[in-house]
Amino acid sequence: MIDLKKLTIKKARKALDSKEFSVVDLAQAYLKEIEKKNKELNAYLEVFDDVLEQAKVSDARIAKGESLPLLGIPLAIKDNILITGRHASSASKMLENYVASYDATVIEKLKKAGAVFLGRTNMDEFALGSSTENSAFGVTKNPYDISRVAGGTSGGSASSVSSDMALVALGSDTGGSIRFPSAFCGVVGLKPTYGGVSRNGLMAATSSFDVIGPIAKNIEDAEILFDVIKGNDVLDSTTITEKTYTKSSVKKVIGVPWNLINQEGLDPKIKENFEKVVKDFEGLGYKIKDIKLPNCLALYYIINFAEVSTNLARFDGVRYGLHKNGKNLLEDYLLSKGAGFGKETRRRILLGTYVLSAGYYDAYYGKAQRARVALRKDFVKIFSDIDLILTPTSPIPPWKVGEKSDPLSMYLADIFTVTANIVGLPAISLPSGFMDVEGLPAGQAGKKLPLGIQFMASHGGEDLLFEIGKKFEAIKGI
Amino acid sequence: MDIKDVENLAQLARIELTEEEKKELLSDMDSILSYVKQIEEMKIETTGEPCVFTQGSPVVVNVWREDEIKVQEFSKEVITKQFPDAQDGFLKVKKIL
Repeated sequence: MIDLKKLTIKKARKALDSKEFSVVDLAQAYLKEIEKKNKELNAYLEVFDDVLEQAKVSDARIAKGESLPLLGIPLAIKDNILITGRHASSASKMLENYVASYDATVIEKLKKAGAVFLGRTNMDEFALGSSTENSAFGVTKNPYDISRVAGGTSGGSASSVSSDMALVALGSDTGGSIRFPSAFCGVVGLKPTYGGVSRNGLMAATSSFDVIGPIAKNIEDAEILFDVIKGNDVLDSTTITEKTYTKSSVKKVIGVPWNLINQEGLDPKIKENFEKVVKDFEGLGYKIKDIKLPNCLALYYIINFAEVSTNLARFDGVRYGLHKNGKNLLEDYLLSKGAGFGKETRRRILLGTYVLSAGYYDAYYGKAQRARVALRKDFVKIFSDIDLILTPTSPIPPWKVGEKSDPLSMYLADIFTVTANIVGLPAISLPSGFMDVEGLPAGQAGKKLPLGIQFMASHGGEDLLFEIGKKFEAIKGI
Repeated sequence: MDIKDVENLAQLARIELTEEEKKELLSDMDSILSYVKQIEEMKIETTGEPCVFTQGSPVVVNVWREDEIKVQEFSKEVITKQFPDAQDGFLKVKKIL
């Protein structure tokens, strides 16, 4: 029996290379977990039927003496990343039967590295949401409490790693979609610097925010996966190189935006946990500096709506995707989009159409773009005397499925995560402990929910995030 | 905003909505728009610089590449199989004009 709970990429590598177990054994162990748990958690939308064949190919490569970090490592892929010949639906009815005709750059890299794809994971439709409740194919549940959400939009990926249904997973992050579910499911999630990982083959949500990144049980695994998928790509002209950003010297100063943390709306237990974490870092010799950060939600959502409405205009039932037959071409569009898009998706398309329309453009989208340029400049200043910014990942713990019916109240949960996307900074969510749930019936007493903290670094500063993350793991005893 | 605005936006975005959906969207959009309206209060210094947001690179650079023909592995079969309607391997659409 392979102990999946304690398995890491390096441990698996050692065991595979020393023939302690084979890739087929490992893949079978994960398939067994999926068989046991996925029905309840709904983390996978599809488990691929050729997992064992993929595993055999990797076994053959190992037998030939090849040893690459991810050779034979089973991972889960978010449903908005394309793999040739396989379905990729973005958890939408619109693309329910869509089959990808090429590999995303990250997939091409992972195939070369010999990784085994277990399946595609659930998400909020077109990566719009914070809880994976907006999926057209059912909610993904939180492994710590199945009455609660896993967070979103990469909820399936985070839930699968957290419940040992995958060793690591890929997610995508537009406004917190990797970090938020990682915090809710008690795992590590990295949002790389914008352009750090190629977007070629990732379905576009907000093109100027989107980035692919790893979800893992620990920093080391996240780092190994990131190292394989990162890098410049001719097929994504926004990708950066090692030289794009210059590294500044480390000051051992962490900025904490107390103005945002002390606002109403932060759960007292999260605040308590966060204050403890700040003390932990002081104990490690870091200087904590009080910084001021603006609330960027309005700015974030205006740009999100605008780009989402533009990007999703391509789904018109003409070349691929859901097609509903009308009397004429216009009716085809109206019917196909009406039937294919879910509630939240329509809402954002209409809001985007509004903020981009003549008469409102200057007040909303134009203003937001100007504010964004100004914010980027502010961050250059902010990072001149600190290395990292520390916040909780979410202001609230995982909520009950269906609890947040008002869309605006869910948007507000993204307060700490959206800033990194607006400015393009790398950011990581780390598990920071658990909180007790009060008022549970006797049978469920003692149930705990995971909490997460977030670090942001300046552009290209992923190494700083990994370094501080490892220090934090060391004091947490992970 | 009123229901006419929702209808107009839905028409522009080519999305068919039921009466009930329109009502629901109207109230959601009203509350969301009044929240994001905060952006009006943000003070931004006008420096006269062009408003170009350079996500990805700290300086605006043109990303050039040679115009070479490279064979990419696209499966024509997979692409054409997804056409809702086809004739002789071509995508068939309704009359446009």
